[in-house]
Amino acid sequence: MSRRRAMATICWLASAWTTHAAAGQTMSAPLEVRAAWIRWLPAGLPAAGYAVLYNRTNAPVVLVGAESTEFARTMIHRSLSSGGLERMLPVARLAVPARGSIRLSPGGYHLMLIQPRRPVVIGAHVEIRLTYANGRSQTVEFVVRPANATGPH
Amino acid sequence: MIRPTPLTEPRTLPLRRWIWPAMLLFLAACSRAPQPDWKLTNVSGHLPDLAFHLTDGAGRPVTARDFRGHDVVLYFGYTHCPDACPLTMTHLHLVMQKLGPLADRVRILFVSVDPARDTPKIVGEYAAAFDPRAVGLTGSMNEIVTLAKRYRVAFTRGPDLGHGAYEVNHSSAIYVFDSEGRARLLASPANSEDDIAGDLRLLIGMEHPS
Ligand SMILES: [Cu+2]
Repeated sequence: MSRRRAMATICWLASAWTTHAAAGQTMSAPLEVRAAWIRWLPAGLPAAGYAVLYNRTNAPVVLVGAESTEFARTMIHRSLSSGGLERMLPVARLAVPARGSIRLSPGGYHLMLIQPRRPVVIGAHVEIRLTYANGRSQTVEFVVRPANATGPH
Repeated sequence: MIRPTPLTEPRTLPLRRWIWPAMLLFLAACSRAPQPDWKLTNVSGHLPDLAFHLTDGAGRPVTARDFRGHDVVLYFGYTHCPDACPLTMTHLHLVMQKLGPLADRVRILFVSVDPARDTPKIVGEYAAAFDPRAVGLTGSMNEIVTLAKRYRVAFTRGPDLGHGAYEVNHSSAIYVFDSEGRARLLASPANSEDDIAGDLRLLIGMEHPS
């Protein structure tokens, strides 16, 4: 029992380390970004990027933009569903509260990735740079998932 | 002081209290065909039968008649919608997975509300990316407005986002038709996969009693 728990801990540590390494983050990255994925769509249509942003610091971190060499334009959007109508609005600033998190997820906040410069392939990893109000930025690797995926795995 | 209450009352009251509701329930049960306990909104008789002239992913003209024999799940959207529409289409794909082999009796119709950008090829590829039983349909603005009006579906072109990009705000309603094209149920993306799959199962069961 305790051996199994030890193994589980080792696996957890290993997976945490690989996630950390895969995300290409340094210890000083403004946010901890997990579960980053892109929903693939055919015909070079705009795609959406999702992730969970954790702020481990004692001050809010404000996301103000995103960019990728793989797409002509990247925007922060929010989908809203009200009165039986679905809408999408641009977001200028997205604050991740101190010691808190923000979820970019289907039907809510998302990165809008417009005009891929070359075909985006399911299973590939795409680097997206997130930029913050304080002038800092960080590059995050997003995994490309099929159109009907519900998450990064 | 003596209360003028008749002695018989305590015995007859329960009977008097229950006989009428019981009789009413009995009459109601006799006069109405048994309706399943739908989880979605039952719209039978309140919305018109499925009817349209549109174009499928191969560029062929199609009408509602082409889908007779299949239960139809109708949803309006547009392919330049990377978030909300895929969420609903994925939701419907998971509903189909829950249905198992019964899903072959169902077709998901994804009707574009953005015919200016949605060519038959794009809308066909988009729908197929979510489920093999999803069919993407587009048409002239007139054909699409006619179908949207029929089911009181609203859609408006949003503000210009630059570089020719724009959003289309649209109704999120999901309509369910039986295999003869009659409107039966109304759902929203907020309805769970289990609720939508369960009602489709009930509907198919009513049409194909085993
Ligand atoms: Cu968007």
